[in-house]
Amino acid sequence: MPRKSIEDYLKTVYELSQNGATVSTTDISRALKVAPASVTEMLKKLADKGYIEYSPYHGTTLTGNGRRIAEKMARKHRLLERFLHDVLKIDSQKVHKEACEMEHSLSDDAEESLCRLLKHPEQCPDDGKEIPPCDLMISSCEECMQLHSQGLEEVGKHNQNLVAATHLKEGQCGKISFIRGGHNMLQRLLDMGLTPGTKICVERVAPLGGPVELSVRNSKLVLGKGVASKVFVDVEKNS
Amino acid sequence: MSCHSCPYLNKNEINQKISKRIKIALAGNANVGKSVIFNHLTGLHQHIGNWPGKTVERAEGTLHFKGYTIDIVDLPGIYSLSTYSLEELVSRKYIAVERPDIVINVVDASVLERNLFFTLQLMELETPIIIALNQMDIAKSKGIQVDVSKLEELLGIPVVPTVAVKGLGIVKLLKKAIEIIEKGPREKPAEVRYGEEIEEKISLLTEALKEVQVVYPRRYVAIKLLEEDEEIERDIGRIAPQIVSTAKKLAGEIERLHGHGCSTVITSERYEAAGCIARAVQKLVPPIRPTMGERLHNFTTHKITGYLTLVSSLLLVFYSIFTFGDYASGLLSTLFYGLEPLFTSAFGTGMAGSIVWGGIMEGFIAGVTIVLPYIIPFYIILYFLENSGYLSRIAFLMDNVMHKMGLHGKAFIPIMLGFGCNVPACLGCRIMETQRERLLAAFVTTLVPCAATTVIILGLVGKFLGIQWALALYIFNLLVIFVLGRLAFKVVPGESTALIMEMHDYKWPHLKTIFKQTWFRVAEFIKIAFPLIIVGSLVLKLAEVSGVLESIAAVLSPVTVAWLGLPAITGITLIFGVLRKELSLVMLAALLASTGGLASLTDVQMVVFTLVAMFYIPCIATIAALWREFGWKKALFITVFEIVFAISLGGVALRLLTLVT
Ligand SMILES: Nc1nc2c(ncn2[C@@H]2O[C@H](COP(=O)(O)OP(=O)(O)OP(=O)(O)O)[C@@H](O)[C@H]2O)c(=O)[nH]1
Ligand SMILES: [Mg+2]
Repeated sequence: MPRKSIEDYLKTVYELSQNGATVSTTDISRALKVAPASVTEMLKKLADKGYIEYSPYHGTTLTGNGRRIAEKMARKHRLLERFLHDVLKIDSQKVHKEACEMEHSLSDDAEESLCRLLKHPEQCPDDGKEIPPCDLMISSCEECMQLHSQGLEEVGKHNQNLVAATHLKEGQCGKISFIRGGHNMLQRLLDMGLTPGTKICVERVAPLGGPVELSVRNSKLVLGKGVASKVFVDVEKNS
Repeated sequence: MSCHSCPYLNKNEINQKISKRIKIALAGNANVGKSVIFNHLTGLHQHIGNWPGKTVERAEGTLHFKGYTIDIVDLPGIYSLSTYSLEELVSRKYIAVERPDIVINVVDASVLERNLFFTLQLMELETPIIIALNQMDIAKSKGIQVDVSKLEELLGIPVVPTVAVKGLGIVKLLKKAIEIIEKGPREKPAEVRYGEEIEEKISLLTEALKEVQVVYPRRYVAIKLLEEDEEIERDIGRIAPQIVSTAKKLAGEIERLHGHGCSTVITSERYEAAGCIARAVQKLVPPIRPTMGERLHNFTTHKITGYLTLVSSLLLVFYSIFTFGDYASGLLSTLFYGLEPLFTSAFGTGMAGSIVWGGIMEGFIAGVTIVLPYIIPFYIILYFLENSGYLSRIAFLMDNVMHKMGLHGKAFIPIMLGFGCNVPACLGCRIMETQRERLLAAFVTTLVPCAATTVIILGLVGKFLGIQWALALYIFNLLVIFVLGRLAFKVVPGESTALIMEMHDYKWPHLKTIFKQTWFRVAEFIKIAFPLIIVGSLVLKLAEVSGVLESIAAVLSPVTVAWLGLPAITGITLIFGVLRKELSLVMLAALLASTGGLASLTDVQMVVFTLVAMFYIPCIATIAALWREFGWKKALFITVFEIVFAISLGGVALRLLTLVT
């Protein structure tokens, strides 16, 4: 099985299931422009390799491993989009297709350099989607800059299941890893008790892109989707 | 001592008595019960409800106790003393600059950790503090036991347990506060010690700050500089810019060491300290089964049952107010109009008699029979909802809808309050974070039919055309709000801030509070509206007798008669409605009393009149509130817009309705 197509499949599942929901085979086949029968076959193979969980009736969800690869691809893709758009000044309509071709051959080192060069962008030029966080063991962008000047070797890789709080399902818990955002927003969230290392559980998710309700430090907090997507947590296993 | 015999000393004592004026501030997280304590102490009527952010401006009141005149200040609820919101900045300045003699830190015993986080910050301001450990009853029902003396010991601050709604512990709190003011604190309050590497930097900065004159304590300034607090950086930067740059450098060192921003590190440590204290003093025996409140919370925020509950509870509110109001209104009319023969036999049917009856009594009766029956149950229900905590759930459910108008879910709270009265609702828009969002929220709030408009909708359309028409008008109103809200968003575009809100547990509303608040509202109505109604009716009657009325009506008739198809007289009553909206209906009823009453209007006229009355202008008090909050230009713009909109809408409705009927 070619690596490129594994990556493409995982990325598609990732993008179709933005809040951890299952994805139907029909949706995948439509998105990849591949016949449903071949999609089913491919999904079975991916499930065997442990990248996804697949059941014919319920659809597909990513496993931790699958998610990590998918996130990496999404990150490379979106960074490339920014690069093509901001630096090479390519039209924002065209960057997506270009990036789709280039993402598979971009090495991790090149990805890090690209991230630094672009000063740690947060969103894509064409659709405003969030760029997933980088997987180094660091928690703010300034730090990444600083550490680079000291040599990156000492920084370990995250071996965590890092996701935005919007990806958690009701009842899932995790530890806050870091929060992305301006000084004011960050301070407000810290003041409400969302400090790094704090355990949060998702109590309720309002439908249709509504807010999430978290329990934190024996109290309940409601965060709009916009903020919740900036809070990155290390998901607790089997919760 | 023999001082009593010494006149000089006696005089001194009297002098001292006069200057026995002390200032106490109430501070704490949002929704912990500060205003309940404030009202209890001062006998005033600060807004109380179970959602965060009701008090938006500091309120002051006085109290006489033990020979002291005490000024009590109720501050808005805040979570921290950083500068994220205006309220936080204002409260911090107030405490540091106005230096109250003591700060009563109201703490919610059921959410101890978050509340103590704020207490620790207050302590860094180095003002005298006493803690009111409030909502002890709620904590108990959640299975939380707090060891009060241990808390006192750990913090080095006196703690008084209270149950504010029942008035428990309040007098003790006050006594203790005065004792501290008189004798000074018994022990030195504890101090948060941060990690070694941070403390080192704090002392470096405090040392550097020795030369500088500041209102805040030096240690506090040093910490805030490390946290990169904007206001403090600006203040210090003006007098000693080198200290700010040193602080930045030191903060950078901490950041490198911890891998998190310096303010993140400091806030985390402070939270750690708060958590540590909370764990040490509380024993948690959570109930085995989820409590009633939790189950209700799950039900009312569920993606299906939540929305069903929302719609059905609004319908229920609507029907019950209508049913009760209609019944009571009928009963009261029979009663009062039964008095008419008695009255005529007393005053005769001559000129004087007809002026007194038609001018004063009819206005009065219209006021009593039309307004009170709807307003009283209305406020009871609204305050019930507010005090239960349901409004925060609605904010949660409606967040995504509000985003379509460039607002977030919390904006739905002023909208709900607007159903009661637009004036506090306009002020309530301050729970929105930016000026732009406040304006947008206030604009849609003025379109909400307030209790007075409800009187018109239910008392006219509901009564004569049937409840389904009244309901249709409400739904239409909500649609208009949504459409105009979206349009306004297009006019003043911008990024909407995201929702960040604490969700408080449901509480069984304290009934006495509800009745008190309702009574306060109704009393206000009687005090303000009744004189207006009576004077207004009298003026109208005199104008009618002297013939002025007709000429004014004639001037307005191109709009009222030709465009809106209403009786000419409505022009005048609508003008009165600017004072208070229900006046337009009450006056109309009084004026039409001799020619068949309100029933003499055609169905279409009733609908058109109600539509116009619903939107045509925010009442004078609301205009004043808008002016105060946003300046006269925006207030004027909103007013003019709504007049034009309502009149156009009324005319269009008339033509459409005559087409279909
Ligand atoms: N059961 C119980 N309820 C309380 C107690 N104290 C306050 N409440 C309720 O808590 C809610 C909030 O009280 P408020 O006084 O309005 O709170 P606040 O601190 O002024 O809040 P903001 O002005 O929004 O910052 C109300 O619904 C009160 O009825 C208490 O001791 N026991
Ligand atoms: Mg208050």
